[in-house]
Amino acid sequence: MKKLLIALVALLPSLVFAAGTAVHLDKANYDLTDKASLQNGAKLFMNYCSACHSTAHQRYQRVATDLGIPDQLMKDNLIFTNSKIGELMTNSMDKKDAAKWFGNAPLDLTLEARLRGPDWIYTYLRSFYKDPARPFGVNNVVFKDVGMPHVLEELQGIPTAVFETTVDEKGVEHHQVVALESVESGEMSSDEYDRAVLDLVNFLVYSGEPNKLERQSLGFWVIGFLIILFVLSYLLKKEYWRDIH
Amino acid sequence: MLKKLAMGGIDWIDARIPMTDTWNKHLAQYPTPVNFNFWYFFGSLAMLVLVNQILTGIWLTMHYNPSAEGAFASIEYIMRDVPYGWLLRYMHSTGASAFFVVIYLHMFRGLIYGSYQKPRELIWIFGMLIFLVLMAEAFMGYLLPWGQMSFWGAQVIISLFGAIPVIGDDLTLWIRGDYVISGATLNRFFALHVVALPLALVALVFLHIVALHEVGSNNPDGVEIKQKKGSASEEAKGKFTFHKQYSGKKDIIDAIPFHPYFTVKDIMGVSAFLICFAAVIFFIPEGGGFFLEPPNFEAANGLKTPAHIAPVWYYTPYYAILRAIPDKLIGVVFFGGSIAILFLLPWLDRCKVKSIRYRSWIHKLNITQFIICFIVLGVLGALAATPLYTLIAQIASVGYFGFFIALFLYSKNEKTKPLPTRLTH
Amino acid sequence: MSNAPVNSGRRKFLTLTTGVVGGIGAAAVAVPFVKSWSPSEKAKAAGAPVSVDISKIQPGQLIRVEWRGKPVWVVSRTQKVIDELATLDSKLRDPQSAEPQQPEYVSKSGRSLKPDLFVAVGICTHLGCSPTYLPDSFGEQVEGVESGFFCPCHGSKFDMAGRVFQNVPAPLNLVIPPHYYVSDTTILIGLDKGDA
Repeated sequence: MKKLLIALVALLPSLVFAAGTAVHLDKANYDLTDKASLQNGAKLFMNYCSACHSTAHQRYQRVATDLGIPDQLMKDNLIFTNSKIGELMTNSMDKKDAAKWFGNAPLDLTLEARLRGPDWIYTYLRSFYKDPARPFGVNNVVFKDVGMPHVLEELQGIPTAVFETTVDEKGVEHHQVVALESVESGEMSSDEYDRAVLDLVNFLVYSGEPNKLERQSLGFWVIGFLIILFVLSYLLKKEYWRDIH
Repeated sequence: MLKKLAMGGIDWIDARIPMTDTWNKHLAQYPTPVNFNFWYFFGSLAMLVLVNQILTGIWLTMHYNPSAEGAFASIEYIMRDVPYGWLLRYMHSTGASAFFVVIYLHMFRGLIYGSYQKPRELIWIFGMLIFLVLMAEAFMGYLLPWGQMSFWGAQVIISLFGAIPVIGDDLTLWIRGDYVISGATLNRFFALHVVALPLALVALVFLHIVALHEVGSNNPDGVEIKQKKGSASEEAKGKFTFHKQYSGKKDIIDAIPFHPYFTVKDIMGVSAFLICFAAVIFFIPEGGGFFLEPPNFEAANGLKTPAHIAPVWYYTPYYAILRAIPDKLIGVVFFGGSIAILFLLPWLDRCKVKSIRYRSWIHKLNITQFIICFIVLGVLGALAATPLYTLIAQIASVGYFGFFIALFLYSKNEKTKPLPTRLTH
Repeated sequence: MSNAPVNSGRRKFLTLTTGVVGGIGAAAVAVPFVKSWSPSEKAKAAGAPVSVDISKIQPGQLIRVEWRGKPVWVVSRTQKVIDELATLDSKLRDPQSAEPQQPEYVSKSGRSLKPDLFVAVGICTHLGCSPTYLPDSFGEQVEGVESGFFCPCHGSKFDMAGRVFQNVPAPLNLVIPPHYYVSDTTILIGLDKGDA
């Protein structure tokens, strides 16, 4: 089996590391105009995430319209609950049961990309590694001791971590992950997996603010109009102030 | 024919309320110093933002659900399901920050040109009250989205009242109406945010302008445009006629009517401002995490504090002062004091010269260090506290309060430059 | 006003242009405010077309379903009722459905797609109460007519095709919503056939 080394973690003290704020994050080059990527992201989300995580502020209908998915296709392939297409994308998992199984009830992910940022999600989903000490047999570099299993294992396999022990100036030993070794035991190659995760991130960024593209395109018109208004009002002001100067 | 009808209509109204007279008194024949510069745009801009906040605010209440169970979801409902709800919400959230940008610049103008000095003390006091109410308004508004920052920000600020000896704990309980921030707190904040405080704001703005028009505007030279009757030359009085309320008792020099000259100038200012405002609304509505903070995209959870909580940027200078002091009660006292001392500015400054243009180098230096300290505090208040930052914040706090103390001491016998007899422009 | 300066053509032109452009801007700002009052996606989803299973409906039975928050009736009409409808014309205000209270595709007198199944919005055209279905005691309201709808609020009366009787407050026949048969056992209420 081909082994691939993915350098993931920069040289950061594990103190900050544990606080979960300063892990090096890979840049997620998502593209909201790429419908195919968004559709694939939606498919991945519904298949691998939606059983536990809702996107409860979003409606199926909106996703179908924005992503160019025909209503019937949406109903047949992407709505796994008995929801109607106009309804919110909730799920039926009982919050109390879920808290028992995972430690915490799985979060709603509608706004996850605005909460943590696309880069965080992109890196997080590519940072699971084998750790038999954990309940689900996996740990995560970005989110230490996460209560979530590696749901994309089927696609990626479970990478193994390369540890390094360093001693800081105070003489305290730090045992930390410096790299992940992909075993490629899943359905996808590393590159394919990265692309799949990027599609998923793209979909979550879209979910966080479905009207982002509309907002920006409207913005150009508004600012263009205001520049015209400004030029006119500048000329008007100059004209009137000729009385004074 | 149509013109005759319109004139008849105006006469009919003027016989009943003084419409034309009010128009002339406050706009068309209101004497305005001719030398207003860039810093004089921000008063009218503050008015514009106030109108924006009131209108978008009214529209948001039409879709918002003021309950602990429904508030967070209703914001996302506005952002997604309500036609153009996202635009109304971003106009409101960006407007909140814009309000403070504009108000801070407006206050800075007053500071450098001595606009708070006699006889404009009440204008300054009303202005400070507006600022105070605005801070309360923004604070209560920030709870309404019911995100993590809303919740924990409110938790921290309400807890400040707990520092008050004896009654502190009971007071915080009373403000919250519960043992934690809850739906009860949300509902009362909502009522205050959408009804009570806006009413107070509008009333104070009215008083601010009434007081301003009574004494007239200051200007970058700090030289009064109203001179003793009969003392000014015809050339100084210029070609404009002003309302007899102003020109009857005084000679008005170097002034022009507000309308049309400053209406067209303010329209230009408004257009320029709107370009910046729209740029934020349409391209960076989160304001880099300062206008809408990322943790607020997670619903309030009373059991989990976000890793780093910081107030919204416009509170950070005072928050940094609070944090710089290693004692809860004294910290709160200085926190309150940092605002309260601004009210005293007209009496702390004992200099007879208003504008920074004609004041001593020590005054220029003092204002410069004050602004630097204020900005440093603002930056530190947004960052997580470290021992080094706390030390810097302590030094900056000394600078902040030191400004007022030093001003009081040197202003009595300050070495000023001679004032011009006419406005310079 | 007394300070009106030299009013050059250029000044007039610029004042007018800025005024017009500013006015357009103000009108554009009004758009989001006005549009935000239109039904939201939530309201639209709640008002989405409703499908009704009619496979188990009994003769003479009325099924009530909610469409856009309003009661919609699906009534099974027996042959006796259908026969009775033809005899009522002289007692009705608008027996041939001249007023546009129904889609084009329903029959003029029976006001339905199929004679034995009647679909209507169960809201009185007078002031918006929901009339009561009287399958066999309608004779108390209109002599000699066995079944119909009687509005308890102001006493309006409608026959089994939702047609209003004369001398009652309601001015118009009951509204027939857009609907069509998806299959023999399912009706979709809220959409015309072509719009599906």
